[in-house]
Amino acid sequence: MTLVKEIDYGTPAATSEVAITLQIDGKPVTVPAGTSVMRAAKETGVSVPKLCATDSLDPFGSCRLCLVEIEGRRGTPASCTTPVEAGMKVTTQSQKLAKLRRSVMELYISDHPLDCLTCPANGDCELQDMAGAVGLREVRYGYEGANHLSEEKDESNPYFTFDPAKCIVCSRCVRACDEVQGTFALTVKGRGFASKISPGDMLFLESECVSCGACVQACPTATLTEKSVIEKGQPEHSVITTCAYCGVGCTFKAEMQGNEVVKMVPFKDGKANHGHSCVKGRFAWGYTTHRDRMLKPMIRKNITDRWQEVSWDEAISYAASEFKRIQATYGPDSIGGITSSRCTNEETYLVQKLVRAGFGNNNVDTCARVCHSPTGYGLKTTLGTSAGTQDFDSIEQTDVVVVLGANPTDAHPVFASRMKRRLREGARLIVIDPRRIDLVKSAHVEAEYHLPLRPGTNVAVINAMAHVVVTEGLVNEAFVTQRCDLAAFNRWREFIQDPRHSPESVESITGVPAADLRAAARLYATGGNAAIYYGLGVTEHSQGSTMVMGMANLAMATGNLGREGVGINPLRGQNNVQGSCDMGSFPHEFPGYRHVGELSVRSVFEEAWAVGLKGDPGLRIPNMLDAAVDGTFKGLYIQGEDIAQSDPNTKHVTAGLAAMECVVIHDLFLNETASYAHVFLPGSSFLEKDGTFTNAERRIGRVRKAIPPMAGYADWEVTIALAKAMGYEMDYSHPSEIMDEIARLTPTFAGVSYDKLERLGSIQWPCNEKAPEGTPVMHSEGFVRGKGQFMITEFIATDERATDRFPLLLTTGRILSQYNVGAQTRRTPNVEWFDEDVLEIHPWDAENRGINEGDRVALTSRAGETTLHARISERMQPGVVYTTFHFPGTGTNVVTTEFADWATDCPEYKVTAVQVRRTMHRAAWQENYDALREQTTIVGAPAGGAS
Amino acid sequence: MSVRVYVPLDAAARSVGADEVAAAIAGEAIAREIDIEIVRNGTRGMVWLEPLVEVATSGSRLAYGPVSPADVPSLFDSGFLTGGSHQLSLGPTSGIPFFARQDRVTFARCGLIDPLSLDEYRANGGLAGLTRALAMTREAIVQEVTDSGLRGRGGAGFPTGIKWKTVLDEPADQKYIVCNADEGDSGTFADRMLMEGDPFVLIEGMAIAAVAVGATMGYVYLRSEYPDAFNILQRAVAISRDAGILGPSALGSGHPFDIDVRLGAGAYICGEETSLLESLEGKRGVIRAKPPLPAISGLFGKPTVVNNVLSLASVPAILEKGAGYYAAFGTGRSRGTMPLQLAGNIKHGGLFETAFGMTIREAIFAVGGGTASGRPLRAIQIGGPLGAYFPDHLLDTPLDYEAMAAQKGMLGHGGIVVFDDSVDLARQARFAMDFCAIESCGKCTPCRIGSTRGVEVIDRIVAGEDRALNLELLDDLCEVMVDASLCQLGGLTPFPVLSALRHFPEDFDRPATASHQPALAKEGSQ
Repeated sequence: MTLVKEIDYGTPAATSEVAITLQIDGKPVTVPAGTSVMRAAKETGVSVPKLCATDSLDPFGSCRLCLVEIEGRRGTPASCTTPVEAGMKVTTQSQKLAKLRRSVMELYISDHPLDCLTCPANGDCELQDMAGAVGLREVRYGYEGANHLSEEKDESNPYFTFDPAKCIVCSRCVRACDEVQGTFALTVKGRGFASKISPGDMLFLESECVSCGACVQACPTATLTEKSVIEKGQPEHSVITTCAYCGVGCTFKAEMQGNEVVKMVPFKDGKANHGHSCVKGRFAWGYTTHRDRMLKPMIRKNITDRWQEVSWDEAISYAASEFKRIQATYGPDSIGGITSSRCTNEETYLVQKLVRAGFGNNNVDTCARVCHSPTGYGLKTTLGTSAGTQDFDSIEQTDVVVVLGANPTDAHPVFASRMKRRLREGARLIVIDPRRIDLVKSAHVEAEYHLPLRPGTNVAVINAMAHVVVTEGLVNEAFVTQRCDLAAFNRWREFIQDPRHSPESVESITGVPAADLRAAARLYATGGNAAIYYGLGVTEHSQGSTMVMGMANLAMATGNLGREGVGINPLRGQNNVQGSCDMGSFPHEFPGYRHVGELSVRSVFEEAWAVGLKGDPGLRIPNMLDAAVDGTFKGLYIQGEDIAQSDPNTKHVTAGLAAMECVVIHDLFLNETASYAHVFLPGSSFLEKDGTFTNAERRIGRVRKAIPPMAGYADWEVTIALAKAMGYEMDYSHPSEIMDEIARLTPTFAGVSYDKLERLGSIQWPCNEKAPEGTPVMHSEGFVRGKGQFMITEFIATDERATDRFPLLLTTGRILSQYNVGAQTRRTPNVEWFDEDVLEIHPWDAENRGINEGDRVALTSRAGETTLHARISERMQPGVVYTTFHFPGTGTNVVTTEFADWATDCPEYKVTAVQVRRTMHRAAWQENYDALREQTTIVGAPAGGAS
Repeated sequence: MSVRVYVPLDAAARSVGADEVAAAIAGEAIAREIDIEIVRNGTRGMVWLEPLVEVATSGSRLAYGPVSPADVPSLFDSGFLTGGSHQLSLGPTSGIPFFARQDRVTFARCGLIDPLSLDEYRANGGLAGLTRALAMTREAIVQEVTDSGLRGRGGAGFPTGIKWKTVLDEPADQKYIVCNADEGDSGTFADRMLMEGDPFVLIEGMAIAAVAVGATMGYVYLRSEYPDAFNILQRAVAISRDAGILGPSALGSGHPFDIDVRLGAGAYICGEETSLLESLEGKRGVIRAKPPLPAISGLFGKPTVVNNVLSLASVPAILEKGAGYYAAFGTGRSRGTMPLQLAGNIKHGGLFETAFGMTIREAIFAVGGGTASGRPLRAIQIGGPLGAYFPDHLLDTPLDYEAMAAQKGMLGHGGIVVFDDSVDLARQARFAMDFCAIESCGKCTPCRIGSTRGVEVIDRIVAGEDRALNLELLDDLCEVMVDASLCQLGGLTPFPVLSALRHFPEDFDRPATASHQPALAKEGSQ
């Protein structure tokens, strides 16, 4: 095991198809036109000294170390900014060049501390390397001259320090912030010798910096350094793995000292992130060793009892015996399982296998139920596959970007950065969102149209856009004729051209000015390659599935499917939502989205698993909870999910949980649901196991074990043990064997194996005989279902609507520094940016209610009441309030209701009628919560041990 | 008919009281009930005679100067309105030797006309060049400029026609003309005088360039230290728009072209074309690496002609009178005329437009009358703060690009600064490094750190500390600055330093006992 160091070619790769041949130090090399001399040299193995150049950034030409000589040219041009030309003869080393480079280094070092041995960059410092490379032996200027050595250090950011005394002003950090991240938080202040990197005359923590880490990564010295490196020193080996946060699925290098992570660094060859990261993946991994980690199995008879630490065997056998007892008493369908979108494909596969084969029913569901289940339903119905159509790279070819019910700069920051880059290059942007999200207007990015629709009116808006396309003659007739079911299309055309769908007709419903909507629809239809990127603002509605189909209709009608640059792209919330769905986590589907009722499919699994399987779909999560309240559902195995915090209508969820006789929680922490659990099985973090995650672009990426499971077993091993205790043997010695089984049983995964993943880095499914190396863009040869299916998408307003009693609409979401229920990010210094959920409210609504910034307010719906602090924000439209659900004590989901998508039961988190008023006191639920939490999380002495 | 009296509005003339003189003349005329018309013209360029008052008589304009308000009653008393003799009489302006020996091509109208009178501009040949250009093909216009031999007057001397050709040949949906009016070199003022005295010629030149390369928008990047030029240019642009010279159809040709005048923020580096473009785009003024050339990817990434004021202002005459007319002036590869700016310790300072080829000595002594102090000349600096210092024995060098380069000097923007024997060249060398340290954009290492170290090393040399080592170090520093700097600020700074060392070594080797920094204690006279 060694430290993985990607080759730095100095400047980005050129994409030209024209090949140029030149000579570098006498060696011929052929590269694409537009390649820099520096990169061409590196291709031949010649390293030209450099400091300001790195291949993630455009050439800059400031350090002047990379000078070369070119036959027939005057002077010593910089190799980073000089493009290759045919027949060029380049010399990279000569006496003259050596002297110039030494002189440049002499100048650098005349204004640099000489504390190399105690410097945190020692061993990873490009300045040090270059001093060595050019043979600097003395600094004749001395060290008494003007310098920056007493510049003050900025340690405000929790994860990295900024030490201007060590800065060489190469601007790599500034350029990384601009070009890679697109935040433009950094600048060079002053000029000449006084030039200084600055986050805008304030501390880093107070600045616009989003702590993505791009600057730290780009810094060639110790100026920007991870605090973990300062504390621990340089890592000695790397493990390439996949981030366990959002669905972008960034590839990281876990840089290690033995079994300790020193830092997580985005991997340049990662195909989803191309070397970029966000604050969560890059820095917020400290939760993996947080003292709250529960590392011992525990059991208790009643949820009011103290937890008793027991051995793994005892915990497993207790859980199994309870499940068996419950099934014997209440029937085989009285227990079930919930898979996790945070766990690996292999683990998820095993849990659903445990339920179907071990429990003997189909009562398995997953957290995708509450996020992207409508995506699966809608895209499968219209196009034939329950997945996004594109790879992330597709954005490079997009001319019109539609962001719909998503907030990528907070929730999918790494992809948002690529999107912003494309927008800066000239792609045009339409944002359809009730809130003025950052993309609407931020540094060098501005939406051409922002359609600030009222929550709950998505379908009316998408229908109106389609109406414009159809009635203004913008249908791509050739595409529709060739690719789609014409009878269905004609039915749909008849439906959609009805004047009731016109922008003018729906303006009073949606609140979107008709002229803007028309213009946006025209832009989408005629602006070149148009791509829709959407999030839970689409799915988490009573018409979530309808909306997904509405987008598919629009994309098909305009021919925006089946090639690079277009498509319908769900931005997945969690690392493995796609994968958990793919792996058969839904009660009605086997892996690969095949219905349990299909005999031909079922018999394949029955044969492979050597057990009879049920052909009836099992219970979904809400059904399980309903059945529990009704007394017919009594036992639940929950792996890596916290439904008591994440699912809507908390009171109903906890009532269901409290009614069960055996709830088994398999998690890193004693989460909220664990308050209602009888067995706790310690989980393993992504660093502690092998497996795969599948990101939003269907990319299967490896998760590699960086450290041994802290509690002794990886999650997949625990599931195997539980199955065995239940009497169903599973025989795997490594997750690769589980993947082999998945590949055998799932046509879209047929070509996937760990060996191939090792070779290719990652694979986008479908991967089979037809596409042995995977499929970046779907539907290119025709839709998976054959002909594209237009669906009738009548707008039906949700029953949840503003009333006199509840006049405001609450919509919920997430913010950059926190993640989902916060179980991970709350246990990191990310809380320095955001340490409580707040209620964002428009100034008018606040003023009407006498609410000032920071006031405690009661948020009440027909489901319940909670309190939180108000933040007055013009991002909101009047009549709409917003909050997040990162902190359990907030009780955001106490307020949300049981309303859900008609097709998939995905909760309507995005629309809850509420009232807001000032209050001095916390809500009753919150007070009760605290008491219950305290009572249900006490860990007692190990059974039989001394207390 | 009333008598026309000309009092310059030029900033140099105003700085010595031209406004007060104009007011005094107007007041005196009213008091004496004489009907006169005061025209505020540009300067004739003879700065030592400012305020230079001219009276239009039949046949010629008679000059009086330098006039102070106190002189005005006596001027009236002596009948200056009809050409009466006065102790300030200079005779016909065109006969003043300094003026008479010039080749006024670019500055033909400067000082002659009311700068904002389009009629006078037309009456004196204005718009003839643009009119002719509009009847030509783009290629033919560019060829005409190429054939004229015009080279960039900002200092680099790159052939203007070739630059235009590059922009012409680059396909793009948008192209720009950018006029570099960030005249920052010490001792230079030609751009300012032209913009204040004949702004339409610059507008016409930009319009011709636009027509030639297919640009539709032009920007003048003007230094904020030129408020008068800013006002005059803005009014001239507005007048040109009203007259249909600028706007959707230049002179009715169907070619749209408009101009916006933008102010800089006081950074010398923004006179460098790529920094200028960054600044014009609203960014920090730092150097862009080349390639790409601005002609290929300039303002907002579009093909852009970036030309100095004088280059663009020379174009109308070339188009009006033909490439041959212009090319007939000059010598070798330096064709046409150069507006020299005589400054510093010189008796007759001002703007002197002449064909390339005059020697420095002739310009300083025959034209400029030697030093103002009357003390012996010791050194001159040509080409701004980054130009080399020449001693007396180099004064016979002809003023053309190649001859100057052969002596490790440069003509630059045509500024000549004269120093008498009280100058301390070590102090001047230090000043060059210090200037670079103050004005460096901070992007490249040799300039950013090197200039500061340069000041320190020169101080040590002058103080006699490790002279041999520090002289060698200064030499190495100059080498890395020349060969490795990103732009010419860092790249040229060593020229004044090394020329001072070469030609005036004695100034760097003074007894260390006199004082710690003898060179700095003594005031030079510039």
